Amino acid sequence: MSGYFIESAYLLAASLFIFSLHWMSDPKTARRSVIAGATAMLVAVLATWARPEVSRHLWIIVPIAIAIGPGIWLAMVPLTAVPQRTALSHAFGGLAAGLVGTAKYIYWFQSEPEMLTAFRTGAIVAEVILGYLTCTGSLIAAAKLQELKWIPQRPWVYRGQTVVNIGALLLAIVLGVLLIQHPTAAWSPWAFAGIVILALNFGWMLVMPIGGADMPTVIAILNAYAGLAAVAMGFVLDNRLLITAGALDGSSGLILSIIMCRAMNRSFFNVLFGAFGQVQQAGASGEQKQYRPETPESAAQIMEQANLVVIVPGYGMAVAQAQHKVRELYDQLRKRGITVKFAVHPVAGRMPGHMNVLLAEAEIPYEDLVEMEEINADMPQCDVCLVIGANDVVNPAARSDPKSPIYGMPIIDADKARTVFAIKRSRNPGFAGIDNELYFSERTWMLFGDAKAVVGEVAKSFGDGRAGH
Amino acid sequence: MKSFGVAMVALFAPAFAAGADAPAAEKAMAEVDPVTKHMDIAAMAFVFVLATFIGVGVIRRVSRLLHTPLMSLTNAISAIAVVGAILITGDDHYPTYVRVLGAIALFASMTNIISGFLITQRMLRMFKTQREPSR
Repeated sequence: MSGYFIESAYLLAASLFIFSLHWMSDPKTARRSVIAGATAMLVAVLATWARPEVSRHLWIIVPIAIAIGPGIWLAMVPLTAVPQRTALSHAFGGLAAGLVGTAKYIYWFQSEPEMLTAFRTGAIVAEVILGYLTCTGSLIAAAKLQELKWIPQRPWVYRGQTVVNIGALLLAIVLGVLLIQHPTAAWSPWAFAGIVILALNFGWMLVMPIGGADMPTVIAILNAYAGLAAVAMGFVLDNRLLITAGALDGSSGLILSIIMCRAMNRSFFNVLFGAFGQVQQAGASGEQKQYRPETPESAAQIMEQANLVVIVPGYGMAVAQAQHKVRELYDQLRKRGITVKFAVHPVAGRMPGHMNVLLAEAEIPYEDLVEMEEINADMPQCDVCLVIGANDVVNPAARSDPKSPIYGMPIIDADKARTVFAIKRSRNPGFAGIDNELYFSERTWMLFGDAKAVVGEVAKSFGDGRAGH
Repeated sequence: MKSFGVAMVALFAPAFAAGADAPAAEKAMAEVDPVTKHMDIAAMAFVFVLATFIGVGVIRRVSRLLHTPLMSLTNAISAIAVVGAILITGDDHYPTYVRVLGAIALFASMTNIISGFLITQRMLRMFKTQREPSR
């Protein structure tokens, strides 16, 4: 009786999870997603808690009570910090899977060795490898995104790194195979401990060489790993709800990472083992090129004459928290009947969809956020293109220079606009260390300075005095 | 590189050699009811494959605008590991160390559930169409 009740509750929860993701297809229905998802989770937790063998209630209440504080705190972070928050929760998810797998293995080894079939042992091995590597990998990703001082932002590489990394993973898999063959031998716990240590190390070693510009892909891949760890836990515990929810999460991470890789014209392997930002010194240093700086006031004057202004936001906008000033500029332009569109590149920022959330926070209507493929058709009609702290996603070398490390990456054709204003923090090359031809084009004027200050000044030049022409 | 290969072979060799003498426990398990056992595994594999197809089908249609909220939502959903954590934390017949590990896992997944759903809700509220309430 109660078995059927619990299975039905799990089935309900699984269906609600699917609806929850289904409703994310449109911003209009998306708010239902959270209700469906949270209800599903509540049903799953209560049904599990109601199982007859779960009797130590205090043991459950206390961790839940302790989790409320950090949970709410992590939900209140500023939206510019969402990438590192997401990475941190991947780490938590990986840790949970790893710990449950560890506990199960030790317990079965000591008390019920007959439970350690080859299949279950294999599932446990997969669970702990995925769980622990996600944990340390995500912690490093979060630290890099938070720009902690003791974590290098630039890719951290050494000779033979790929061999060492793949070797560590292979060694963990070899130990896993040994463990599946002999799950209950006297030395088996040592093999298990070896797997745990290798997985913990593999995680951080994998993410350390990856630079900030690749973070959207890395976060998506870690998302998939966290989901697959939950699937493996489902196989260990013979629990279909875990398998379903984990598979949903895994496919989400998989699809996002495919989208990110396509948007950069690179393969998974290249992102994970490519160490972007190292090789491209050669082409950059040629003739000394000159920037052409301009003042915010004249930028405002030129924008005032425009019919269509396209704004290309990048990570620089997020760092400077410039989205609210961008909204002021948007309002000023709209007031004068100028059409304003935001061209959002899939990998702009540090996680998938990063720019959209920041612009939404500034209450810019989402109809005006346009995807790369759509806006490129309009770029030749664009009078002014304003690039705010974006670099690689508007670098024409991706189209024209086969030697460039970003060659082949789809970009927003900012260079086709009649006039380009680019806001840039400093005169150094961008994150990937690649020179951007766009900045030296004769149509381009540079606005040097902090994105928030510069956009604010441009908006202000509209505001005072010249409003009535 | 060569020594690495040798080490690999040395590590794998006992695994293959030992394939025949599976531990007694496993034999006992296999004798219980091999058909039921395989049915269980097959059913789980079915669920996994079908759920992945559903997931791919549903996620492909998620608006690109919402990829960040999608990630925090799936973050919360993957905290379904909470089920496993409750099972090993609350069960009386497990020794204390198992339940301690379970309690930490429960804390970690509960944090993800709370923060994941809350922040998704917070972000989704911001996506507005042309001047919804104001003006």
